[in-house]
Amino acid sequence: MDIKANCHLPHALANDDHRKEFDSCPLEYNPLLKHNREGIFYTVLAGLFATLAILPLLLVLGYVMFRGGALMSVELFTQLPSPPGLSGGGIANAILGTFIVTGIASLIAIPVGIGGGIYIAEYSRVDLFSVFVHYGTNVLAGVPSIICGIFIYLLVVTTRLLFGESFSAVAGGLALAVIMIPTVIKTTDEALKLLEDDLRWAAMAVGASKFVTITRVTLPAAFTPIATGSMLGIARAAGETAPLIFTAMFSFYWPEGLFKPIATLSVLVFNYSIMPYEAQNQLALAASFVIVMLILCINLLVHRLGFYLRG
Amino acid sequence: MRSRRPQISLWRKPKAQETASGFTQRRRPWKDRLLDHGFRWLTIVLASIVGILVIAILLVVFAGSLPAIVAYGLDFLIRSDWDPSNESYGAFTAIYGTLVSSLLALLVAVPLGVGSAVFITEDILPYSIRRIIGIMVELLAAIPSVILGLWAIFVMEPALRPVLTSVHQRLGWIPLFSTQPIGPGMAPAVIILAVMLLPIITSISRDTLDQVPIELRFAAYGVGSSRWQSIIKIIIPAAISGIAGGVLLALGRAMGETMAVTMIIGNSTNFSPSLLSPGNTISSMLANQFGEATGPQVSALMYAALILMILTLLVNFLAEWVVRRLKLRYH
Amino acid sequence: MLGIPDQKSAEALSSDTCLEFESVTIRYGGQEAVRNVSMLIPSGQVTAFIGPSGCGKSTILRSINRLNDLIPGCTLTGRVIFQGHNLYASHIDPVQVRRRIGMVFQKPNPFPKSIYENIAYGARINGFKGDMDSLVERSLRQAAVWDECKDKLEMSGLSLSGGQQQRLCIARAISIAPEVILMDEPCSSLDPISTQKIEELIRSLRGHYTIVIVTHNLQQAYRISDMASFFNVIPTLDGFAKVGVMEEFGPSSQIFNSPQQQTTRDYVSGLFG
Repeated sequence: MDIKANCHLPHALANDDHRKEFDSCPLEYNPLLKHNREGIFYTVLAGLFATLAILPLLLVLGYVMFRGGALMSVELFTQLPSPPGLSGGGIANAILGTFIVTGIASLIAIPVGIGGGIYIAEYSRVDLFSVFVHYGTNVLAGVPSIICGIFIYLLVVTTRLLFGESFSAVAGGLALAVIMIPTVIKTTDEALKLLEDDLRWAAMAVGASKFVTITRVTLPAAFTPIATGSMLGIARAAGETAPLIFTAMFSFYWPEGLFKPIATLSVLVFNYSIMPYEAQNQLALAASFVIVMLILCINLLVHRLGFYLRG
Repeated sequence: MRSRRPQISLWRKPKAQETASGFTQRRRPWKDRLLDHGFRWLTIVLASIVGILVIAILLVVFAGSLPAIVAYGLDFLIRSDWDPSNESYGAFTAIYGTLVSSLLALLVAVPLGVGSAVFITEDILPYSIRRIIGIMVELLAAIPSVILGLWAIFVMEPALRPVLTSVHQRLGWIPLFSTQPIGPGMAPAVIILAVMLLPIITSISRDTLDQVPIELRFAAYGVGSSRWQSIIKIIIPAAISGIAGGVLLALGRAMGETMAVTMIIGNSTNFSPSLLSPGNTISSMLANQFGEATGPQVSALMYAALILMILTLLVNFLAEWVVRRLKLRYH
Repeated sequence: MLGIPDQKSAEALSSDTCLEFESVTIRYGGQEAVRNVSMLIPSGQVTAFIGPSGCGKSTILRSINRLNDLIPGCTLTGRVIFQGHNLYASHIDPVQVRRRIGMVFQKPNPFPKSIYENIAYGARINGFKGDMDSLVERSLRQAAVWDECKDKLEMSGLSLSGGQQQRLCIARAISIAPEVILMDEPCSSLDPISTQKIEELIRSLRGHYTIVIVTHNLQQAYRISDMASFFNVIPTLDGFAKVGVMEEFGPSSQIFNSPQQQTTRDYVSGLFG
């Protein structure tokens, strides 16, 4: 490489001829320049797109909040839904049912998910089993929720696996759990992988076993994101409908037990909004309001939780 | 790479002076080791539940659809009759509906989603406003689809009908708009699906745009690119793997989406190429018919479910492959 | 030792001022990073910014082509005057500023495009009217990287070695015919041989461009610069934060051989930093 020779080259790049090959370039802002005109166009376009993206949210939230909120009454929270065609009634059993089914799902999915997440983040290595778990999680996360419902329907409901009962709250909880598990696994795995390896090495260097390292050091350090992710998973499950249609089904009565069909808010919204009766449609709208409030509360709680725990 | 069990060599090394300096244990007590191994096995068992679930789902769906596969073979994919009284089934209408509704929804949602993601990552607006828009997009993702379906039935579809009617009157000669809109149909389903996909595409695109290294932004602006030249020519191409992966994930989600679509698509098993007429998707067919189905119909529905699963699996694997293949290797 | 300046740059070397800082203070979100910098940077010469880490020399450098605009919360008070224009006046277009004041960064950052496109992109967006192939060749030649990549112009710029990438970035900067080239520790991530090549390159560019270079390496600054500016980092009055200040500015021979300030003397003799 002869750099000296370069110095003696005619300096085509440095002289004015080279500069003349470009547009002259005053420093002042000139709105007529092509890049500035394009810039304004694209900025307006992107702003328009962002507006269009948020607009449905505002319309849906506004509709549910104002129209649904106006329907709030004491009966709504104390009475059973009216049968099709009759007016009045409440959604009390569905509210209770949503809590029960989502609770069952959380009790199953959170321990399984956190355990699986710990395995992937802390124990897995490059072997067949880890690949199996990794792909399993991704595949399960992509399985359409209706198929999870059908799976539990065929496995638990039609076989009357649970004490000879068919549709039941537990079956609904199982179906929701199948949907929640990959979410919780991913949350746990990502939270643990975000931690510096130094933290693990520090714990092990003072002689802590892997078990102690995980339960006393890494899990507490990753608590906030795991809790946040799990709560958001619960919020999502509370609004799921497709897995419940064939598992928890629906009921016009108060919950009769964990192994009996149970009403949930989301299935109520589905069943009652496609009915041709005004009174039932109103109940569906009221139930939507309750679901949205529930989800908003969980989201708010999660943000608070994250805020406080981070200090 | 994480170091594996360095503590074992530490603990097992017998050193005479250990006892002398006050350390009495040479090996960990058996309880400690049991706990350690027990915990490891516990996580292995919990982790394997996922894999077992996947295999079980595949097996159940496959086993359930086996009679229909034997009876109808691949004809099932291209026949459009769905007649429970004659036990004659073909899923073309539902497959067509699934593909068309999700692809069209994607067509609407991708430009809007990527555009909004750019709008909230690049400093076009003050940070506080961008943050609020970001939070709102996340909120949209949290609204359950059954509520979007309810809104679609009571608000969107009635508001849309005059528009669709005039589209039919002007462009009725195009097969896509050849029928009179009667309420529920493919077009409103596409729009509500697009609304559901928007937050997915926006948030994944935003995450990948955020991860474009500042050095690359410096490089782009440093040679005199304007903001939009940098975004279009440098920053979006650098983030394309994540964006494409997000789009494919959204496609997978769209194909499996059930509630909102079921409530607004009309659930007609008769094939029509028109977007204004009622249609069907595999998942909405499952949601509608599975409860009352018996015998061969169950098997036919399971066959459709199997096709849906294969489609979503393919799209999800493609998403993972695209992300790995196109990943920007920068520093 | 230095490249032979031609007639025009010999004139430029006299004492034209290219850039002028007038009591420039830069803040990150209200926190002062560099305080009250004033200096005159001459045309066609190499000016080096030296100083310990955290003294804000890179921040000051980025303020010259308004790249700090990309960093949220970064604000500047005072004036940076380039050819009679205050670069921070409201009517100035930062895109045009960067078009005329090019930059080379600490880490080589070629675009994830082909080597050819790395040069052609900048030229194209800046309205280059000439022959693109010839421009690519001339730029790569002048950046002394042509021989190494003339046979693989279609390959990704990221496939080159670190030193080659950095020279590609220099080629990219000079291809759009800027008047000033800013270099932010261009050799800090390179091996000694690449560093030597880049230093020779800087010498060959001297006279044709005004070069402002930030460097950690005192010997390097001494070898290549005509003017030098020493920045130091001092605690703020309340003692809770640190701020960069310019201690001394003058010809390199003065800064390195007979500094006026005690801190400069301590720094160039290696007592701290």
